[in-house]
Amino acid sequence: MTRTRTLRIDRITCTGRGLCAELLPELIDLDEWGYPVLKDRAVPDHLRTHARRAVAACPRLALHADRGRP
Amino acid sequence: MTTLALTGSPLWYASRASGTLALVLLTATVVLGIASGGRAAPRRIGRFEIGLLHRDLSLLTLVFLAVHVVTAVLDPFVHLGWAVSVVPFGASYRPLWLGLGTAALDLLLAVLLTSALRLRLGVRRWKAVHWLAYAAWPLALFHGVGTGTDTRLPLQLWLYAGCLASVVGAVWWRLAKAGPGRVTGRLVAAMAATAVPVVLSAFLAGGPLQPGWAQRAATTAALLGGGR
Repeated sequence: MTRTRTLRIDRITCTGRGLCAELLPELIDLDEWGYPVLKDRAVPDHLRTHARRAVAACPRLALHADRGRP
Repeated sequence: MTTLALTGSPLWYASRASGTLALVLLTATVVLGIASGGRAAPRRIGRFEIGLLHRDLSLLTLVFLAVHVVTAVLDPFVHLGWAVSVVPFGASYRPLWLGLGTAALDLLLAVLLTSALRLRLGVRRWKAVHWLAYAAWPLALFHGVGTGTDTRLPLQLWLYAGCLASVVGAVWWRLAKAGPGRVTGRLVAAMAATAVPVVLSAFLAGGPLQPGWAQRAATTAALLGGGR
């Protein structure tokens, strides 16, 4: 059993505040309007804590780290 | 030998100090929340740092609030009982002015609980409860002004004025930086930011700064200016 996490952005809720890219630049870029672009949906083990912090920091709760592989 | 004129128990001093500190910390939390909610982004530090500071200051507020409530209840000058800490307006001593503080505490506890569970609740329900913090702040301010032992001290009055100016300034700053739309909500915010200082000044001038407030504060009718 692996506890792989997959990033997901709720595009309806996201307002492009950009906190996720500040906390998880390894996996998240911002486009020119400040909205997040996922570089890689799968969260590697060494970034799991950072991913959790990014999920918790989103003021719109639009970033999710779902269980399972992409 | 020095004789310190310490009238009253140490618990009373601890309660006053922690209450004042809680108000200052709550003000800082609210100011950060107002300032970071708009479109303007900070230049020197990250947005996530503002968010973490907002969270940490709010938790520190609750720590001092817990000290404030526990010391006030344990203080032997008035026998309040533990129910007063959660049930507003039921106190035997200054029910209205203590009740405002209790109501503020209840609102902040609701905000704490929903913030801890926000990933389960979803953004709409979490935000709906989080707005209660805007109600908790004026309640806490009027609680401090109405029943605070130190309200008549010039330094304490300056502190209240500083808290008020910070929050009102943050509201106007955010409104000035805001984009188009949401006219109703912004009008309400602007009106509230104007009304609270006016009401507070009028209340201070007519209530706590007048002689005999200690007696008048004991009755609910003091709110209407009719207490004797």
